[in-house]
Parts: sequence; C-alpha cells; structure tokens
Amino acid sequence: MSYANLYETPGPRGARRNRVLAGVIALVLLALAYVIYVRFDAKEQWSAAKWTPFLRPEVWTTFILPGLAGTLAAALAGVVLAGLFGLVFATARLSDHRWIRWPAAAVVEFFRAVPLLLLIFFAFFGSYVLIGVNVSAFTAVVFGLTFYNGSVIAEIIRAGVLSLPRGQAEAAHAIGLRKGQVMRLVLLPQAFRAMMPAVISQFVVLLKDSALGLIVGYDELVDRGLNGIAANFSNIIPAAILIAAIFIGINLSLDRLAHRLSRR
Amino acid sequence: MDALLLEWDTVVAAFWMTVWLTAVSALGSLLLGTLLTAMRVAPLATLRRTATVYVAVARNTPLTLVLLFTGLGVGANLGVELSSDIATNNFWLACIGLTAYTSAFVCEALRSGINTVPVGQAEAARSLGLGFLQTLRLITLPQAFRAVVAPLGSILIALTKNTTIALVVGVSEASVRMREMIETYGDQVMQIFLGFAAGFVLLCLPMGLLFGWLSRRLAVAR
Repeated sequence: MSYANLYETPGPRGARRNRVLAGVIALVLLALAYVIYVRFDAKEQWSAAKWTPFLRPEVWTTFILPGLAGTLAAALAGVVLAGLFGLVFATARLSDHRWIRWPAAAVVEFFRAVPLLLLIFFAFFGSYVLIGVNVSAFTAVVFGLTFYNGSVIAEIIRAGVLSLPRGQAEAAHAIGLRKGQVMRLVLLPQAFRAMMPAVISQFVVLLKDSALGLIVGYDELVDRGLNGIAANFSNIIPAAILIAAIFIGINLSLDRLAHRLSRR
Repeated sequence: MDALLLEWDTVVAAFWMTVWLTAVSALGSLLLGTLLTAMRVAPLATLRRTATVYVAVARNTPLTLVLLFTGLGVGANLGVELSSDIATNNFWLACIGLTAYTSAFVCEALRSGINTVPVGQAEAARSLGLGFLQTLRLITLPQAFRAVVAPLGSILIALTKNTTIALVVGVSEASVRMREMIETYGDQVMQIFLGFAAGFVLLCLPMGLLFGWLSRRLAVAR
C-alpha cells in the first residue's frame, strides 16, 4: 500500500529539504541507538563472552531447542484444541435452539473477557482443590490457551458463517440437506476458507501467549532463554534479543502464510 | 464468598492498579501509535522504515518477553529509574512495556483506518495547498480515527486483560492478588476465580458497549 497521495511529489527544493530532514532524522536515530549501545556496553552486555555461548552446541541442546520444543508443543496442543472448541461453540451459537445458543454464547463471552493469565492460574493453583490432582504447568497453559483462544476462534468462525450469502444455506436446504449437513458440508468449509487469515493471526496470538507458561514454571522458550541461559552466563540482553528474534521469525512466516492464503 | 469479602480492600486495590495501568498505557499507546502511523505514511523513507520495523518487532514479540525486557533490560541494565520508590518505579516500567507493545497494534488499526479514507479527500486537501502534516492532521487522521473506533476499543479491552502480565515486572495487580488468595483460601478457588473474572467482565463489558456505541455514532457517513 502506498500513501503517496498524502503529499505532493517534491520539486527540486522540496527534495533537497527532504534529504536534509532524512539525514537529521537518521542522525537522531543513530544517536539514540548509540546511547542504548553505550548503556548496555557499560554493563558489558555486548562483550564477546556474553554472545559466544550461543555458538556452543550444548547451549542449544540444553536450553534453546528444548525451550522451543516446549513452546511449540504448548502452541500446537492449543491450536488443535482451540480449533475444536471454536468449531463446536461457533456451531452451537448458530443453533436454531435457544437452549443451545444461549449457554454457548455465555461460555464464549465469559472466556473472551477473562485474562488468559487468570485462566492459567485457576487451572494451575486451583486444580488440586477442584479435581484432586495437581495438573502440570503444561496442562494449565494448554487449558488457558484452549478456552481463551477457542472462544475467539468461535467468534471468528461465526462471523465467517454469518458473512456468507443467505442463498448458500437456502440452496443447501432446498436440495434436501439436513441442518447438520448444511452446516458441515456447505457453511463451515466456506466460512473457514474466508476466515483463514483471521484464524492464523489468532494462532500467532496463541503462540505468543504460550510464553505466559514461564509464570507457572513451564519450560518454554522465554523461560529457557531468560531463566536458563541468562542465569548461567548473565547475558540477559543477548538472550532476550535472541529469543525475540526466534519468535519474530516464526510469527512473520505465519503472517506471510496468512497473506498468501488470503490472496488465494 | 468469605475470602472475597474478607479481603475486599485488597481486591479493590488490585483492580484499582489494573485500571491505572490500563489508563496510563492506553494514553501512551494512543500517542505513540498515532506518531508511528504518521511516520509510516510520511514522505521520508527513513521514517517509514523505522516505523515499519518497530511495528513488526513489537507485534511479534510475546508481551511476557517485552515486559521482562523492560524490567530487566530497561530497568536494571539501562539504569532507567523513574522513581526512588520501587513499587512506583515498577509501575512506570510496566506502563512503558505495555505502551511499547500496544502502540504497534494501535498503529496497525489506524493505518487500516487511513486506507478507508477515499483518495479524493487527500487530493482535495492537496489541491487547497495543504502540506503533508496539514493534510494528515486536518483531513486524513480525523476520518481515520472515526473509522477505527471499534478496533481501538478491542485493543483497549485486550490491553486491560494484558495488564495482568505486569506481574513479571513486580506490579501487584489483579492476577497477583488472585494467586495469593487461591494459595491462602485454598477451599474457595472457584469463588475467588469467578470473583476476579467478574471484575474483568465488569471492566471490559462497559468498554465494549461504549466503543460499539461510539463507533456507530462517529462513523463517517459516505
């Protein structure tokens, strides 16, 4: 998207002024970067000793890769379960029966309004009293991810179904399909395709949210990076930068996937 | 219900903290988000690129990591001290982290708002002789804001819920209190959870209604 219609194409004088301005701004940004560099340098966060651990294979095999595996495992379980939850509750909210529609709406709205961290705490610290077993941190995280993101995905799918032309459902009924078949064979597949980009963005949110596992001691990437690597090499800044880079890489590729799917 | 009534003052104080975190970060995100939007559509490539990179980084990093970075990196390592009182210092650090994260989403929303403004609006402004900043300030941004009231409302609600993560920088808001209370009053887990959940529903529901009403009221008739 270009926003060039917001300004005139600069003439010779304007172009010169823009060049000067660009230079000044670049200098200001560089100065800012330099100040941050110097401040971190004073704490020796750039020294080779704090970065070279990332070159050692055992740092990767003991911290980063297991952490990444933990993050991906929680996210994957969350994606599958949240997808199922979303599908079930979207269908329930679109039901013709009030006694199905209303409870489903209440459940979805409730879980959308409650912060994910509270759900995780509830599962993690409350499970013993409620069901008599201490659930693992993994279960607590997946529980939270499923119910929170599941209710968001339910709303996305519902919006997708509602956005379809009415004729789709009418035609499906007209050829003699039952209500369940109309939903399963005609409406949901189309809604799913239309809403794929939004669903994938929600999966990006889910992946980022899995980092909350750190708070209940689940061994995911942020935890392994900041509490594992940084504790051993006191290189908190380099570790944070590396972990952030990994997350950004994964999320940007998911973004691109969503983009490509929406164009198709 | 006993636990919630017994600790009523603590619960209220916790939610008061949540409200403050939300209010300060919302204001900060709105300002920074608007600035970032202006940068992203500016005639200068340096500004555009800086804003694009910032938004990509802030949007795709987990908030937990952003806040940990603000606490440990900005607070402990950069030596930024915003108050001699530790609790106040942590509060401001949390606001910085939440603002840094949320403003990226505000920027994305506003930019999509600018996309909804017909090309003719900016062209008409230019033909009147308005410069870039004037066009943006007087013509494009006001219409863009009115188009994205509802998404901004969703961002505000998300921010309210995200303040619970401020516990990683040591701010005692609702989630910290809930954990403490579950540990103290183990037999009342369900009531405590539902009580705190109700608190968030009470905060977020009016926001959703208000922004829904505002977005209909402020919508640009075309």
